[in-house]
Order: sequence, then structure tokens, then C-alpha cells
Amino acid sequence: MSDRMSPPETVKSLSAKLAAGEASAVELAQDYLARIRAANPALNAFVEINEDATLADARAADALRAEGRAGPLTGVPIAHKDIFCQTGWHARCGSKMLESFAAPYDAGLIERSRAAGLVTLGRTNMDEFAMGSTNESSHYGAVRNPWNSAHVPGGSSGGSAAAIAAGLAPAASGTDTGGSIRQPAAFCGISGIKPTYGIVSRWGMIAYASSLDQGGPMARTAEDCALLLNAFAGFDERDATSLQRPAEDYTRALAQPLAGLRIGVPKEFFGDGMSADVRAAVDAALATFRTLGAVTVDVSLPRAGYAVPAYYVIAPAEASSNLSRFDGVRYGYRAPDYGNLDDMYGKSRAQGFGPEVKRRILIGTYVLSHGYYDAYYLQAQRVRRLIADDYRAAFAQCDVIMGPTTPSTAYALGQNDEDPLAMYLGDIYTTSINLAGLPGMSIPAGFGANGLPVGLQIVGNYFDEARMLGVAHQFQQATDWHLRTPE
Amino acid sequence: MSLTDPQVRHIARLARIELPDADIERTRSHLNSMLGLIEQLQAIDTTGVEPMAHATDLVLRLREDRVTEGDRRAAYQAVAPAVEDGLYLVPKVIE
Repeated sequence: MSDRMSPPETVKSLSAKLAAGEASAVELAQDYLARIRAANPALNAFVEINEDATLADARAADALRAEGRAGPLTGVPIAHKDIFCQTGWHARCGSKMLESFAAPYDAGLIERSRAAGLVTLGRTNMDEFAMGSTNESSHYGAVRNPWNSAHVPGGSSGGSAAAIAAGLAPAASGTDTGGSIRQPAAFCGISGIKPTYGIVSRWGMIAYASSLDQGGPMARTAEDCALLLNAFAGFDERDATSLQRPAEDYTRALAQPLAGLRIGVPKEFFGDGMSADVRAAVDAALATFRTLGAVTVDVSLPRAGYAVPAYYVIAPAEASSNLSRFDGVRYGYRAPDYGNLDDMYGKSRAQGFGPEVKRRILIGTYVLSHGYYDAYYLQAQRVRRLIADDYRAAFAQCDVIMGPTTPSTAYALGQNDEDPLAMYLGDIYTTSINLAGLPGMSIPAGFGANGLPVGLQIVGNYFDEARMLGVAHQFQQATDWHLRTPE
Repeated sequence: MSLTDPQVRHIARLARIELPDADIERTRSHLNSMLGLIEQLQAIDTTGVEPMAHATDLVLRLREDRVTEGDRRAAYQAVAPAVEDGLYLVPKVIE
């Protein structure tokens, strides 16, 4: 199974093997666990392995198949981001604050993953409370990029992306508040989709910025993402923002030809901040789409450049409120020594949170404080509407929007240590999609000058995931970037 | 605008995050660079624009007023730092 010359395994190929009886879920799980044991000490993509729990899942999947009750994903292994509450596992969310936390219930996405028969391989590393774009803010150590161990895998779903790229999992869950599925997918050369806000339940997904957070699948191919989104998507009454919509088959447009597809190309996504190698790869991808029958249309998102500043008001504001729950009383870390209750809060939070999380809580507290709320928070919310309006106008002229996922390939480890702002500005192409609530995905589109992967971002209109996945799949039928694996 | 040390102390106090004196300067510098970024928003004319509080203009659903969860106190308290007799323990707040 680890033959490097054969194409890498996908959810689709493993599903077919299981259905044909060529492998059992237990055999697949054991094979992946062996790979994880061998490669994870250097990669640090997984923060928790529990072989007994994994094999119990696998045996249950094999039993279902023996009874003739297997679905398309029954027995397929998956890794879950350490942000989803999952019984039998810790949910540490990359933080010391939750080092001893094991959730007493399953998140909505986890329930759906279990119901589909997916087998949990382990829990993947992430930036602390999903705040970061490099995975370096994790209390459990940085993750290495499988393409070059001196570089970051991106973040915050960096462990999920690195695990897939390194062949330690065929699929993973991720969450995306400002790019946290798409950016690590781009940096690691895999596919990932952040669905329309409200499609995947946020219940039991540890909150960062609730009006932006959205879970979604990460895998090697767009087709795999479609199969996984079929399992993850659906209404959940426990999430007040979950949307009540008829069930969809996200694979339904995979075979659709691209003739006549109008691809909007926003000039604002091709500005000065973009590196030459990323531009070359994205231009080449757009040329491929044209040869497949699509037409490119110039569109403009004049306010998209304000997405990063608006994001760094809205997300920290919501984070400062969401993370107030970590007070050392009901769960999480409590400082060993303290005086009164106030001192216990202050010390527990000072010791339990890392520097990036504290920065965001502090700036969020400030923009919500008396005298600044209107100038910062309300102004950012007004700009948010203008950005969403820009997308609405653009989608009147095109079916999907494309551009780079990130302005450069993966950063070197430690590159942004003293300058968090440089890292924030790297999210320039991804944050506007969360502010608007639109679906966005990243697929592999080549390699940069340093041999690191480049991601192509595909943005769809609201609820247009099936079309986006089809567009991405057609590209992947014509290219092989998604099948490349690191040495 | 940029923050002063007393303002940074006040924000940390509001956020209930103890901030040692040794960390003030570095924190102030990071927060001020974030403020420099978000100051860009002041350049946009948003007259008459309705603030967008959520990703979609949601109307909150109503649900039936009924109990949907059983008694899981023991499970929820198992992850708490300090409990006794079903109660969460904190330092004394009323003298």
C-alpha cells in the first residue's frame, strides 16, 4: 500500500477497495496507524493517537459491512482537527488551557462522521484556538510541512493538511474562520473546501469567531471533498446558525463539462503583494480552464483590500467574548496558586493562553470597549457589508471566482515570530470570503520556485458548493498536481 | 491612535488576563501594530451602510419550550478543576 510509484490513495479509492472486499477497515486502520507511528514524531501533525479507539471504530465498520449496512464511507479512515469535541478523545484545541479536557459529548460534525462509518485515526494539531496561519501558535509544537520540514504547513488546520500531504490520512476535518482550511491546503498541496456559512454544524466545534467559523473537509481531491461534504453537511437544531435546507448530493456536478463556465478574475487578487511564482502557477491554471472551455471575465472587488483589517476587528471581538468562558471554573486550566476569585481568573487565563490568543483577546476587548465600539466594531461590520456587496455584484457577471489562495508559498518556520502583522497580511485573499459567508476552496495548482505547492482558490456563490467541486474535479481530470506527493 | 501603558493595563484588566509589568511594553507594541492595521477602516465612507453582524442575515429560529437534555451533571463536572458535592468550587466571594 505504501508503494510510492502508484497514485496516492484517496477516499474514493479506499471506498472502492472496501466495497470490493480487497481490504477491511481494520487493515486500512492498521496500515495508517503504522505510517503515523513512523512519520509523526518528525511531522507533529497528530497530537493524539489512540489505537484502541481507532481499531474499535474499524471493527464496528467491518461489522456494519458484514451486515450489508455499509455506506460509501464506512471504514474509510479520517483524522479530526483537535477543535471538535469527540467522546473518547481529548479536545485540546492547540491550547494549554484545554490540556486535560476530554469532551463529554460529540460535536455535530463528529456525530455525522461516526454515522457515515468513518474511522477516526487521531486528532490533528492546530494553531491555538484556531488563531494563526502557521500552526506555530500550538501549545503542542509546530507542525512541519511535508514538502520541506523547514517550512510551516499553514494554519490553523495545519495538522490536518500535513497529515494528508504526508499520506498519514486520506481525509481530515478542518475549520475555517479566515482561511484556516484553504491556506494550509494551499501550503501542503491538497484540496479543501469551506462551505457556505451555516451548512456544517458548529455545535461542539470550539468557537473562535462565531459569525465566521465554518467546518469542512480536507482531502487529496475535490471528488473526495464532495464525498466528505455529503457526510458533514446538514441541519443541526443545536446550532442557532445552522441552515434548514433540503439535503444535497455534492457529487452531482462532478461530471459536468466546463464549456461556457464564466470564471471571474478579480484584479484585486493579482496585486503587488503576490509573488511571481504564485502568479505564474495561477495564470497557468486559468489557461487550463480556458482550454477546457471556460471563459475568464474581469471582475472587481473594490473593497476586498479592507477584508484583513475588518477581519482583525470582528474576529478578535468575537473571540474576546467566546473565550471569556475559559475562567478556570467549569473546565480547562486553573492556575495552581491564586488569591481571590479575580486573581484566579487573571492567573488562569494568563498561564493557560499563549501569546497570539492573548493578543487577539486584548485587541477584541479594546474594540468592544466603551468609546471605541462605534469607531471600530460597527465600522468593521459596515465594511463587512460592503465587501459582501462587492461579491454580490461580481457574481452577477460570473459563475465562480478564481485567484490565488495565498500571496506566497509556505513561510519558513519562525519567519513571522516578531511580526504577527506579516502573517495577518498573508490572509489577504481568504478572509473576505468568510466575511461574506461565501463558500471557498483551495486546490493544488503547481509549485513555486522553492518546490513548495501553490493553491488555486475557487470562490462560489452562496450554496454553490456542488458546482465549485465539479469545476475543481474537471481541473483535476486535466492536471495531476493533486496526485503529487512529497519524497 | 496608539495605546499607552495605562490603557494596556486597563484592557488586560477588562479581559481578566494578568499582565506582568515586564510584558507591558511588548504587548503595547503588538497591540499598536494591530491598531495600525485596523485604522485603515476609518478611510472608508460607510454613511448609510447597515452593519452586517453575521455571515448571512439570519432570523433566529424559535424552538418548542421543552427539556431536551437529561441530567449529565456528573459527566460535565468530571472535566472541572474543582468540584465538591455537585458544586463548582471557587475562592470565597462573600466575606
